[in-house]
Amino acid sequence: MNIYQEDILDHYHHPRNCGILDHPTHKTSANNPTCGDDVSVTLIIKNDTVQNIKFTGSGCAISQAATSLVTEKILHMPITDVLSLTKDDIITLLGVDVGIGRITCALLGIETIQKAITHGKITTNEK
Amino acid sequence: MNIQDIKKDFAIFSKHPNLIYLDSTATSLTPQRVVEKLCEYYTTYNANIARGVYAIGTRATAEYENSRKIIAQFIHAQDSEIIFTSGTTMSLNMVAFGLRHLITSETNIVTTIMEHHANFIPWQQLCLDSHAQFRITTLTENHEIDQIALLNAIDNKTRIVALSHVSNVLGIINPLKDIIQKIRKKNPGVIIVVDAAQSICHIPIDVINLDCDFLAFSMHKIFGPTGVGILYGKSEQLEKLTPLFTGGEMISEVTSQCTHFRELPHRLEAGTPHISGVIASQEAINYIQKIGFSEIIQHEQEILKYAITSLQNNFGSSLHVYGPTDHKNRCGLISFTFQNYHPHDIATILDQEKSIAVRAGQHCAMPLHREFLHTPATVRASFSVYTSINDIDQLIDGLKKVDAILSTRK
Repeated sequence: MNIYQEDILDHYHHPRNCGILDHPTHKTSANNPTCGDDVSVTLIIKNDTVQNIKFTGSGCAISQAATSLVTEKILHMPITDVLSLTKDDIITLLGVDVGIGRITCALLGIETIQKAITHGKITTNEK
Repeated sequence: MNIQDIKKDFAIFSKHPNLIYLDSTATSLTPQRVVEKLCEYYTTYNANIARGVYAIGTRATAEYENSRKIIAQFIHAQDSEIIFTSGTTMSLNMVAFGLRHLITSETNIVTTIMEHHANFIPWQQLCLDSHAQFRITTLTENHEIDQIALLNAIDNKTRIVALSHVSNVLGIINPLKDIIQKIRKKNPGVIIVVDAAQSICHIPIDVINLDCDFLAFSMHKIFGPTGVGILYGKSEQLEKLTPLFTGGEMISEVTSQCTHFRELPHRLEAGTPHISGVIASQEAINYIQKIGFSEIIQHEQEILKYAITSLQNNFGSSLHVYGPTDHKNRCGLISFTFQNYHPHDIATILDQEKSIAVRAGQHCAMPLHREFLHTPATVRASFSVYTSINDIDQLIDGLKKVDAILSTRK
């Protein structure tokens, strides 16, 4: 099974929604300490919907491409829908089952985004 | 040494003829004679040991103790100095737990940044619990143990020095005989613990000559079954250990008020052990001895030299090999990074394109990667008796494929 399909490599080499938002409402970062992948996200959430999202990160092709794909998918999505995205949804989005050895890489992006929504709200002082 | 004949000893190559197994540092493949010995126990004398007076029970006990004898001879120890455990990790934890009574806030334990977590965390946690100092010494720029720093870290408050014989990341063979002599001169009372998990399959070990107090290794890295480990200790040092486990078979007398433990080695082997695994371990040692260490070392050195040269010739500075490039100070393993490609991507592509099994990550040596090598992860290719020159050529082809897939130069 080739998990390095054209779409995944395209997102790896040309990540979408890359960067840091100027005035985010939510932000966080997370890493996978066993392999060194990391992802940082900033979001603007208005009316319980993702108005904008950007991410920065480093790590393997799967972690970075999956994060890029997820940011495209959740843009303008209600946060309740973002929070209900599962492992199977991410595999569907990638178009390939990366297998048990790489699933933590594939889930880093969505888990970081979900963590930002639930625990990453920026208070006035932080702004 | 005929690799094609050697490969026939390992059934996995008939099930997976295209498998290129370059992860023997994680676990060695298992020769069929070891598998058959495992089965022999279950089909011929499946009984608990040291209990049954009936024939199959006696046979099981005799086979179990024969393994102890063969392993003791293999490292030049006494039979009673060989304790069966579940692996290197358990062996080292047994020592750390067993010596807690010697560690106070006034004392310290010394190790190096090179260690596998199994020879690092037990000492770190023991020091944290006991408020003792945990002294971690660095390496030289050639990735060797910095002997001056190590000896400077040892003082009259040092109780334990824990050292690996061979690094599972750098492949470097530490000159432990020399280092241990120097430690003994500095502080004769210190207890020296050797993690031999990576050396046991590649270097003949003589514990008397080495003069360590404890030495730990796993049978699954030396063609034996998983779930069997060895703790060697000098008798007087084993006597100092508080048993980590108490229970069946390790006692001479139990009253409702107290327990008298049995003599060594039994007092450190509570409960029913991995009987079949221990028994099959004797065939693993027999297998190594049939091939012979001189043949093994010569073969692995040839493969290592060829691999380092091929990697350098094909990829130049875009591929970085960690550890000494002088192959004589190195066992048969190479950790490397390639371009800016993530090691997990490299390992996945090598597997899916070429059926090559390599390890990617930090190889249970996070402090070494983060605090000394300053890299998040590496790829590790490791070699054994069944590794061929063609396997290395396939690795080179595989890495070219990795470059073709991940490169932006299109």
